[in-house]
Amino acid sequence: MHFNTLQHLQQELVAGRVSCVQIVESYLENIRNNKHLNAFLEVFEAEALANANQVDKKVQNKNQGKLAGLVIGLKDNISYTGHAVSSSSKILEGYTSVYNATVVDRLLDEDAIIIGRLNCDEFAMGASNENSAYGPVLNAQDNSRVPGGSSGGSAVAVQANLCRVALGSDTGGSIRQPSSFTGTFGMKPTYGRVSRWGLLAYASSFDQIGPVTSSVEDMAAVLEVIAGPDENDATVSETAVPAYSKNLKSSGKKRIAVFEDCLTADGLAPEIKTHLNQAIDALKADGNEVEMVSFPYLDYMVPCYYVLTTAEASSNLSRYSGLLYGHRSTEAHDLESTFIQSRTEGFGPEVKRRIMAGTFVLSSDYYDAYYTKAQKVRRIIQQETEKILKDFDFILLPTTPTEAFKLGEKANDPIAMYLADIFTVQAPLAGIPAISLPTGTMDSGMPFGLQLMANHYEEQDLLNMSKYLFELMED
Amino acid sequence: MGTAAEKYEVVIGLEIHTQLLTNTKAFSSDEAEYGAMPNTNISVVNLGYPGTLPRHNKEAINMALKVGIACGCDITPYCLYARKNYFYADLPKGYQITQDKTPLCENGFVAIKKENGEEKNIELTRIHLEEDSGKSIHDMDMYHSLIDYNRAGTTLIEIVTEPVIKTGEEAGLFVSEVRKLVRYLDVCDGNMEEGSLRCDANISVMLRGAKEFGTKVEVKNMNSISNVRKAIEYETARQIESVEANIPVVQETRSFDAVKGETFSMRAKEVATDYRYFPEPDLPPLVVSQEWIEETRNAMPKLPGELYKEFTTAYGLSYYDAQVITENKETAQYYLQILEHTTNYKAAANYLMGAVRGYLNRNAIELSDFALEPLQIAEIIRLIDEGVISNAIGEQTLFPALVENPSRKAKELAEELNVIQNSDDDFIIDLAQQVLADFPDKVDAYKNGKKGLLGLFMGEVMKRSGGKADPQIATKVLKEVLGE
Repeated sequence: MHFNTLQHLQQELVAGRVSCVQIVESYLENIRNNKHLNAFLEVFEAEALANANQVDKKVQNKNQGKLAGLVIGLKDNISYTGHAVSSSSKILEGYTSVYNATVVDRLLDEDAIIIGRLNCDEFAMGASNENSAYGPVLNAQDNSRVPGGSSGGSAVAVQANLCRVALGSDTGGSIRQPSSFTGTFGMKPTYGRVSRWGLLAYASSFDQIGPVTSSVEDMAAVLEVIAGPDENDATVSETAVPAYSKNLKSSGKKRIAVFEDCLTADGLAPEIKTHLNQAIDALKADGNEVEMVSFPYLDYMVPCYYVLTTAEASSNLSRYSGLLYGHRSTEAHDLESTFIQSRTEGFGPEVKRRIMAGTFVLSSDYYDAYYTKAQKVRRIIQQETEKILKDFDFILLPTTPTEAFKLGEKANDPIAMYLADIFTVQAPLAGIPAISLPTGTMDSGMPFGLQLMANHYEEQDLLNMSKYLFELMED
Repeated sequence: MGTAAEKYEVVIGLEIHTQLLTNTKAFSSDEAEYGAMPNTNISVVNLGYPGTLPRHNKEAINMALKVGIACGCDITPYCLYARKNYFYADLPKGYQITQDKTPLCENGFVAIKKENGEEKNIELTRIHLEEDSGKSIHDMDMYHSLIDYNRAGTTLIEIVTEPVIKTGEEAGLFVSEVRKLVRYLDVCDGNMEEGSLRCDANISVMLRGAKEFGTKVEVKNMNSISNVRKAIEYETARQIESVEANIPVVQETRSFDAVKGETFSMRAKEVATDYRYFPEPDLPPLVVSQEWIEETRNAMPKLPGELYKEFTTAYGLSYYDAQVITENKETAQYYLQILEHTTNYKAAANYLMGAVRGYLNRNAIELSDFALEPLQIAEIIRLIDEGVISNAIGEQTLFPALVENPSRKAKELAEELNVIQNSDDDFIIDLAQQVLADFPDKVDAYKNGKKGLLGLFMGEVMKRSGGKADPQIATKVLKEVLGE
């Protein structure tokens, strides 16, 4: 049972040649057969079937929503009433969400079927999904390799056909990097395009929810449902949401910037470099203007990103104190030991590392040297990125410098792990949208992606260009 | 003590936390009512549940703006909220949303008038918006601290003064002026006992003329204006005594025990806490346009200072009367409403401060529960001014009768009570003739020069008229009948 796009699936659904129940059953079977991948933390089996049954009735009555037939998984940091949500952390053991994330409300309103919650790095901190308190997720292409992170479960669920679409969250590349590693499509929308209400925060000024899909079409269909103003999130834009699906058309003949600094970056795999050059040639040959531009900020981006995100995280994660919900240490005997013991037991090592780093950069003696300076660097990156996007429609980069690495390969080297984000942190630093497209394959068979970035709120153009580039590279 | 006190200069700065009367909490849509059952006005936002986000409360910003404008502050056009990070049981998120480097209001002042008549402007450092924490209750259970999160997330403004206050008297007057102001502006109920207006004082002493401030002590829990004054007076004396005895003042937080009238140590402050302030990333910057400021200014009622000036100049009231009438907004507004129907400013003030206040005091009710409309008071004043009733009848007969029958018209009621002054000359001539006929020897004495006897004849005429004779006409008539 395979449908290239949601639109195709819905035609079959309306024609009565397939039912939602059949679709859900087929995914449930795939999930059972791929348990070893550890993509799902929990499968909402009975509930998904019951909902599928409801949607089938709606289809019969011709009053189904826009996402009827869409089976979707949620990264384990998105709140869904009555369901556990833990950010793959022990500290939220036993916590059940008492309200829906805005994206969940919107998906359910359009009859999407939520099939389960997906493994990720603890509090979305990681690039390999090895930081989950519930074990690593395996790359379906090569089980000895990581799926990337932090939305590793989301990417593998789509890669292994365990659900049609998955929602992830992207703070520094957490959707696009695993998409690159798993051969899926991944999008980080403009900061402020999708409500963060109900998303367990990692770094508030970076986090965005976005889809992992197997086509640009599905990406457009899901984005147009989850995007848009929300009174519960003051950082969401009032900018109207275009009909991304309806307006989706493959369109090229654009002006594209490529950073020469990326092509010469240390650690960029030769095959990926070759692939990028092929893409540049193909684009030029098809009438696009592609220009090499200098963007000498690459070395500053990852440090800037880590100073700011750890600062925000150290504050965002203060609420996990063992007091009102989640894990409370049995060793706790007073207020202070409740805080200290519960947090010591509840958080994993990478989360602790980032809380400590963030606490340090915000401390009064070091605030100016780190936090203030990083804010300035961020502003410069924003301005310089905007400047380029005045002259060009898109920026084209590899998504990742390498293909998926081996499990354990970088687990003990945080810096090497952090550098896996080198091409993905620019978009969240600048707040612009970016998509990773699965255009490349190594000789080993491992996939990798190319990344397109566009100006703020230009998701429509970005989707159209992505469809165009993907089709161009397929030929 | 007198000489020791003269040797020292006292430096006091106050921080006033004012709970705003918003319908909803600072950064959520929860209700913010005082006195609800513990932990009932709560939500996922104010309990800091995972994934929740704050949002702006325009009503709260408006209220803070009003206070800033009233104090003549500079309004910051572009404010960032900040997070103040610390762990405590009543702070569910582990941080408080407040304003740090960009407070909504800066500078400005509040004027006070001291008992010796001296006027002084207490300069403000800033006024900023923040959310309140929950309330920890340590004395209701032997083994546990109880926490009520109702207060968590309610909106506060913090008013911070420069260290320019010198005495407990000044501090008390300042708090009193601030309370009057926030009540006038309808932004806070000003209730210090319930904690909707809380005052902390930073107090230090130094030798007069010294360049460096002495060690600062923070005093909390002064839950009335008189306690503010008493606590500061006690603490000042304690510090001077300590310095005189060569015992260094310890930097600490002290609490005021109102029963003993003393401050006592709560906790030492060896190291300043590092709150790791940084801009709140969940809220976009607050942009306050000039139009917004003007709109707010135009929607503001007249303030006590303005009214005081107006009452003493335009309406010619005494300082004392103006002070009493502007003490609270209700009285001042009632007064202004009387003036909509009469130009006898003084009579209106006299009625309000005499008959009306007396009635309210006797019955222990507030002006808001008073039965008579300002128009009815104006009508009584008009009947007197037009000579229809006498002053005494107005206050002693008509006013109480009207209060009992607030739906009646003053004039009708006066007629019914038969207290209309009679200005009919013939009626008074008759009475005058009768009176003079009854006192022939007094008439002789009068004619022989004892002019003071006119008062006796007047009294008789008035008595026999039942108070209805117009005294001016009666005098004139008597003199005529007496042949003058």
